Amino acid sequence: MPGIVAHGAYVPRFRLGSQTSGWPGSGERAVANFDEDSVTMAVAAGVDCLQGRDRQAVDALFFASSTVPYAEKQGAAIIAAALDLRRDIFAADVTDVLRAGATALRSALDAVAAGSARQALVVVADSRQGTRRSDTERNSGDGAAAFLVGQDAVGAEFIGSFTLTENMLDNWRSSGDAFVRSWEDRFAAEEGLERIVPDAVDGFLAKYRLALADFARVALYAPDARRHARLARRLGLRPDQVQDPLFGRLGNTGAAFPLMLLASALEGAKPGDMLLTVSYGDGSDVLAFRATPLVKESSAAGLSAFLDSRAVLPDYETFARWRDVWLTDDAARRPAPSSPSVSALWRESNKNLRLYAGKCNACGCVQYPPQRVCVNCQALDDHSHLRLSDRPGELFTYSMDYIAGAVDTPLVVGVVDFQGGGRIICMMTDRELDEVRVGMPVQMSFRKLRVVNGIHNYYWKAVPRRLNLASPVASQVEAPPVSAGG
Amino acid sequence: MNGIKDRVAIIGMGCTRFGERWDASAADLMVEAAYEAYADAGIESRDVQAAWLGTVSSFRTGQPLAEALKLDYIPITRVENACATATDAFRNAAYSVAAGIYDIVLAVGVEKLKDSGFSGLAVPEAPGSDVTPPTPPPSQFAMAATRYFHQYGIPYEEGKRTLAQIAAKNHHNGTLNPRAHFQQEVSTEQVVNAPMIAWPLGLFDCCGVSDGAAAAIITTPEIARTFRRDYVLVKALALSVGAFGAIRSDWDFTHFPESVRASQAAYQEAGIASPREELDMAMVHDCFTITELIIYEDLGFSQRGRGSEDVANGSFALEGDLPVNTDGGLKCFGHPIGASGIRMIYEVYKQLQGKAEGRQLRKADLGLTHNLGGRPGSFTCSVAIFGGSQ
Repeated sequence: MPGIVAHGAYVPRFRLGSQTSGWPGSGERAVANFDEDSVTMAVAAGVDCLQGRDRQAVDALFFASSTVPYAEKQGAAIIAAALDLRRDIFAADVTDVLRAGATALRSALDAVAAGSARQALVVVADSRQGTRRSDTERNSGDGAAAFLVGQDAVGAEFIGSFTLTENMLDNWRSSGDAFVRSWEDRFAAEEGLERIVPDAVDGFLAKYRLALADFARVALYAPDARRHARLARRLGLRPDQVQDPLFGRLGNTGAAFPLMLLASALEGAKPGDMLLTVSYGDGSDVLAFRATPLVKESSAAGLSAFLDSRAVLPDYETFARWRDVWLTDDAARRPAPSSPSVSALWRESNKNLRLYAGKCNACGCVQYPPQRVCVNCQALDDHSHLRLSDRPGELFTYSMDYIAGAVDTPLVVGVVDFQGGGRIICMMTDRELDEVRVGMPVQMSFRKLRVVNGIHNYYWKAVPRRLNLASPVASQVEAPPVSAGG
Repeated sequence: MNGIKDRVAIIGMGCTRFGERWDASAADLMVEAAYEAYADAGIESRDVQAAWLGTVSSFRTGQPLAEALKLDYIPITRVENACATATDAFRNAAYSVAAGIYDIVLAVGVEKLKDSGFSGLAVPEAPGSDVTPPTPPPSQFAMAATRYFHQYGIPYEEGKRTLAQIAAKNHHNGTLNPRAHFQQEVSTEQVVNAPMIAWPLGLFDCCGVSDGAAAAIITTPEIARTFRRDYVLVKALALSVGAFGAIRSDWDFTHFPESVRASQAAYQEAGIASPREELDMAMVHDCFTITELIIYEDLGFSQRGRGSEDVANGSFALEGDLPVNTDGGLKCFGHPIGASGIRMIYEVYKQLQGKAEGRQLRKADLGLTHNLGGRPGSFTCSVAIFGGSQ
């Protein structure tokens, strides 16, 4: 029986909230830092979901988002490398629509049911932009969820799904546009969300001969708290069936939203509970699950831990600067950056994206970047790869540079020593200055360094450790799984 | 191995005024330095049999030196070795004389930094994946300062004060030097309270960015005697290149092995057993105040972790027992990268000859220069030692 083996989530550290000066919203919404996008957040959720699990067992990867970095170039391929997945996996981007996350989850479950993948990973993330101070900006949030889908040892069995597809121009964003546009709110609600979603739910219930009252929790998409409450009433849900939509804490995370609510529902589910996920966008995908006795074990650090780990931005201008400065790292005192060398990026993929260190087979010394000649014993070409991206580290020393950074001043550059060996010099992000100190616990986070020549250059930065990292397993790979060097 | 001790001599040197030389091109600076050296040695351009040009970013070959000086189809080699560039040009020139290939050679170091339009260093880099963090030099050395304070349990205010005393000392020396870029006193309070550049280093913890050039005429001691009595002898030339610290997690960031290795090699070559007692002066690579503090310990002037005590006692001031950076250092000269090493040798040369004007030390028989290029964890370090002809 296919189902959800594990789930994870990611919520950026920062919030706009009532203490944020110049912010017109009530409650809080999560905001991606300037160096985060849907790819980086999807990686973070994937890391959470895969904690303590064998990444080599993943056969397929689906990346869902309405905000992908490239119009031509796969996001899933970047994510697969950052998550250190195998090369011989099926990978797909599911994009351009708010229900993309549920579509990807259904596709993954179908693949597992059909036997084309034993385990499939679904990562979904969104960071949608409304115009400055618009309702869309106020109600949106940034975040990600991840689901490992498989046949065995599932925490939630897949009951079934139902999809309606209907062309509906209520929200849209054309290629090249930064901001989401909408038609009049009442039209969008009455002829869109509040008509299509009930039709889809009714279709699902009829197909599987179930009653809505049978479900313990319903994870329901809606653009804001008011529309969410109206939709829940319209469906006739009891208050205890409504999965908390987290408006005022997270915000509408677009394609990720219904799946983040599903992750939240799974965190609180008891064995036997039936859960319904209802997405929306050019129709609706409805998916139903039943929690098994393993449901507790399927949770990683999860959504609730990330929601609790938060810092409120002092002012709206910071947020606006993060969104507007994309992002040439153009400190006025430096020459403009040139394009990264694509051949160098390719050659260094294992080092930069998989964050492999070398562990000398002769003396055990861990060294980043991997060295052909061991820095300790001079052994030649005799090392194994050791993935550092999910290893906890500590800050050995640091500087706070007031000149080099353009967006994130002062730029904190740190020397990180990893548990089990290895040292990296890297940028820090998501930091508050007064918490930076020698010895502080940190972890690595996949981030976008800059966009030059249309190339989104991703790499790892250190962040204050927000959650307890489980010991990584199966991160020591004997042979590199991709052909690129490094 | 014979070593270089007493096998070559300097008979003439030149050094331009360092600073924002909007008036001068790199070629102008080379002419200025070389012709002062010719005049000092009492030679002419046609006496030079071979030349070495040290520059990091001003020129790509040795040819511009021939063009500027109208040298007579002689061999010229451009040397680039990070912040040790000038000293390494000098070293290669000296070795050619010691090998008996030439009688009289010229070493010139030059850098024209102030045409870039940027106030910091703007050195172009080869194409790459561009994922390494942007760490200009202040940020690199700030990491050493952070760790130094942490390792020795030095409170921030106390550490800043020690560093400020180093800056104030070098600024005082700079007031006595008309060739220095900066020639004004600064108080420790000014240094401590200056705007932050890369925490914990503020503006006055950093050396400036300048244009400048310096030149040396090198020959054998036998030939030197025919030119002047007060020629200066090379006692040691050492170079150590490291690349491991940033990779090894057992490296502490509070000592620079390249400085230790280069200085030990130089002391051995020169026959120095107790550098603190035997040396009369040292020109060291004070690109940042923390660098000079760590150099005191790496070069064996101070015990580990106790450099600040010597600073507080004034040991390295002009009147101290081992004056360091008597000319004002990088702090007051700025750091035109390809020129700095020979600029340091120029100060030792003048001190040994008793021609250092208001900065002249009472006893000046043995002096050291030290350059540190690269970044903590992977330095190129040169140490050179010079003695008088008597």
